[in-house]
Amino acid sequence: MSLDRPSLRRHQPAVAPGEAAHAHLRFIRETMAKTGTFTAVPGWGGVAMGVSAGIAAAIAYQQTTVSSWLTVWTAEALVGLVIGGWATLDKARRHSVPLFSGQGRKFLLGLLPALLVGVALTLAIYGYEVGGTKEYFARQGSADATASYSLLPGVWLLLYGAGVTSAGVFSVRLVPLMGCLFMLTGALALLAPAAWGTAFMAAGFGGLHIVFGVLIAQRHGG
Amino acid sequence: MSKRTLRRAVRPAPSVPDFDPVVHQRVRLGILSALAAGGAMTFTDLKTVLELTDGNLSVHARKLEDAGYVSVKKSFDDRTPRTDYELTKKGSDALATYLDQMEALIQATRPA
Repeated sequence: MSLDRPSLRRHQPAVAPGEAAHAHLRFIRETMAKTGTFTAVPGWGGVAMGVSAGIAAAIAYQQTTVSSWLTVWTAEALVGLVIGGWATLDKARRHSVPLFSGQGRKFLLGLLPALLVGVALTLAIYGYEVGGTKEYFARQGSADATASYSLLPGVWLLLYGAGVTSAGVFSVRLVPLMGCLFMLTGALALLAPAAWGTAFMAAGFGGLHIVFGVLIAQRHGG
Repeated sequence: MSKRTLRRAVRPAPSVPDFDPVVHQRVRLGILSALAAGGAMTFTDLKTVLELTDGNLSVHARKLEDAGYVSVKKSFDDRTPRTDYELTKKGSDALATYLDQMEALIQATRPA
């Protein structure tokens, strides 16, 4: 007798039919989760992240010191993380999509390295180039310090785009497309004058999140 | 015997529907589910996802192919043989019917 034969045959009821049916549906769901796409990327959550990034850009634009500018964007990163995490959990729960197994796990693992690199770079700038008095000073001359700070918007956009693109391999097509556009925005930010950094942040973390958030929400269930 | 016990005793057992024997097998159900979610998949991808041996996957994929539930395309990828599987309309309908039967069975066995 085959051991993998489901136990729903009339003459051999090893378990109750209802329980066996539940087990079969669970098996089908798990198999599909392993092979399908991660669909719990939150559209409306992305819109909320975009709106908060737009507000952060407006506040950051008014800052006169690098320290306060960095503080605004660090706070915005935390707000975005909370919004994104909550919205993803909520969508996964509503659509019965497993978050920490199958494609959901691959999505998170694909996103994480690039985000961690972004955190490390930011800490390096914040920890070593913003002194205890909250004044911005250079370790090796003002030219180096200014250069490293002005690179941040481009680097953040590039890293976020890289993470979203690699994670998006396991999700719907709009997600890696959004990641590519983030990388393109980041590359342009690196080439553009440093003073435009905040504008590129607003266009990327604000604009792209809102546009793709609406598209994902309309096409992929919220 | 109390009334409650008597009521439980006379409740008719839920009838188990006649499942499609081609679908109603764990490996073949796994293949159909994977193809339904992931679109066309190669032999190697299916083997990895379902954690099967070459022989086991071959046997069950052949049964699905014979039933017309999956289509098979063989080709060469730089001299390496490559086999692609895809769910057919018939296979998709069979899986949908199976899922409906499972749902109905769960409904029938759910306590009132």
